[in-house]
Amino acid sequence: MAQLEIEDLTIQYQTSHGFVHAVRGVTLAVERGRAMGLVGESGCGKTTLARAVIGVLPKNAAILGGTVRFDGEDLLALSADAQNAYRWRRIAMVPQAAMDSLDPVYRVGDQMIETMQLRGGLSREQARDLSQRLFAQVGLESSRTRLYPHELSGGMKQRVVIAMALALSPQVLIADEPVTALDVIVQHQVLRILRELQKTLHLSLLLITHDISVVADLCDDVAVMYAGRIVETGSVRQVFTAPQHPYTMGLRNAFPSLRAGAGPLVPIEGFPPDLARPLQGCAFAPRCPFVVDRCWTEDPALLPAAGGQASACHRASEAALLRTQAGEAFARLSATHLGSTQ
Amino acid sequence: MSVLLEVTDLYKEYPLHGGVLGTRRTVHAVNGISFTVHSGNSLGLAGESGCGKTTTARLVLKLLQPTGGVIRFAGRDIAGLVGDQLLAFRRQAQLVFQNPYEALNPRFTVLRALLEPLIIHRIGTSAAQRVGKVTDALHRVHLNPPELFFLKYPHQLSGGQLQRVVIARALLTDPVLLVADEPVSMLDVSIRAGVLNLMREIEQERSLTSIYISHDLALLRYMCTRTAVMYLGTICEIGPTAELIEHPRHPYTQALVSAVPDPDPEAPRRAVRVADSVPTPFHLPPGCPFADRCPEVMDICRHVRPLLHQVGSVEVACHLYPDDAGQSRESASSAQEAR
Repeated sequence: MAQLEIEDLTIQYQTSHGFVHAVRGVTLAVERGRAMGLVGESGCGKTTLARAVIGVLPKNAAILGGTVRFDGEDLLALSADAQNAYRWRRIAMVPQAAMDSLDPVYRVGDQMIETMQLRGGLSREQARDLSQRLFAQVGLESSRTRLYPHELSGGMKQRVVIAMALALSPQVLIADEPVTALDVIVQHQVLRILRELQKTLHLSLLLITHDISVVADLCDDVAVMYAGRIVETGSVRQVFTAPQHPYTMGLRNAFPSLRAGAGPLVPIEGFPPDLARPLQGCAFAPRCPFVVDRCWTEDPALLPAAGGQASACHRASEAALLRTQAGEAFARLSATHLGSTQ
Repeated sequence: MSVLLEVTDLYKEYPLHGGVLGTRRTVHAVNGISFTVHSGNSLGLAGESGCGKTTTARLVLKLLQPTGGVIRFAGRDIAGLVGDQLLAFRRQAQLVFQNPYEALNPRFTVLRALLEPLIIHRIGTSAAQRVGKVTDALHRVHLNPPELFFLKYPHQLSGGQLQRVVIARALLTDPVLLVADEPVSMLDVSIRAGVLNLMREIEQERSLTSIYISHDLALLRYMCTRTAVMYLGTICEIGPTAELIEHPRHPYTQALVSAVPDPDPEAPRRAVRVADSVPTPFHLPPGCPFADRCPEVMDICRHVRPLLHQVGSVEVACHLYPDDAGQSRESASSAQEAR
């Protein structure tokens, strides 16, 4: 059994412009002790998904259906008190931009101790000992506990919030864009530490990012999200070397590489659909070079293929062929776009 | 090929007053940099946040006044430009902003936003002629048909479309120099390629000279023939972008290159040996600005600031590399002290 199993989860927001269907039937499993990268563009629903798992959705969000199981137990069916018992103890989260939420007028060590006293009911001494241990675990000298947030670099602050999330020994850690605002060298160091912690503590990690290079660097498995759905999932090796969904194929040529001999970039023309409007058929169809009639009317289900890989595409069985044509096909689609209305 | 832009020994300092004790500190945002950009070439400015790359760009565009140094544009010192001459310079040197969501007035339609520079620079003699120019510019950035976008407000456009409008606006005055500050960092991955390809096309078509500011070395490799890597207001290495990435010489460049995550899961993972610290532009050490974080630091690095010198096809400011030109370090350091 996977540690964390999300099945057919559907979430919508009520806004002044009507309902926004942020998560549209997501099925996803994070295996015990593995790192799963959840990758997608802004607005695809990845943060909403994470917040639903840890039970901190904003008030205007409603879960319309589906389950979130931790070790087989459905978290969404639990009372608020029972959910509280899970939060931080079993499942912890490093929210987006968490490092900016450190209180500027308190020493970071004190903030950590206070958090642990509140969340874990520890005594001040226990909390102090634990915070020293956690600081060591994320590679910070214990003297840093006496510093104020402005005296720490972005990378150090990010380590502090990671240490806080780990305080009550959770089995699942959700990290939402943990390195986004960091410079590349510091980003590298924070990712190394996350990876080390994940291995040594045998954590099940759900890493949310828009950057597929970060996933390649850190994760075992990956789920690609587009317009509120998972369009492809599998091991990082499978999905990156043999993508089955045209969106994943397109992403490979869409950003520059540091390597020599990289060809010209090929954009994926158009933009993601407006999730406030009802969608018919596959959400990627308007941007897909391999679109067929069926794609406009029928939303493809996420179907398993060989080796645990799964994709939501009507032409998944032709994936091997489509892969060889993807670069040219996206380029051709882009060229016709340039001549006409966008 | 002629030199379009020549920057010599450029400094920008900001005095900071206040603090509990009323102490005075100085932020050394740009600390003695020199470079040239030839006509039709593109230069990348790379480095981490706070390294001075955006300040450098703003100095070059005369949006900021330097504390010291000279910037020559087409052979002419831009420091003294006023009135019509300044206006002419502004026409020739344009900026593409980082955040297209903020670069456009939310209360202006696209047409109004694009007519503005034409009116300011007195380009075109009639309204019809100006609208014609706006139409051409929108067409050039692939917003077709242009008329469809005239009456749109920024909030009605996607990020990619907005950045195209920002590029169109920069092109309206027929610039020879285009400075782009992180032109795609606010855009989603699938959109970026389109904007970058567009900028490349336009540069080639008009033989534009360009400066790209980015923390993303892969982007600079795609866009720029040459790149300067900056650290704490100084240039630590400058040369052909491909050479910098494949054979980085300065320990900081080496760290930057190996820290970039590789999208290929099979690629070998490299170690970065640079310490995490808070580099501050307040009290710069007398020696190399990178000495505190450098894994190769030597005694000399703490006392003598290394100057850029030729090593192979690049210029490096690092004591690890003997000076090809034979200029002694002592004379370099005394020149430094004389300032």
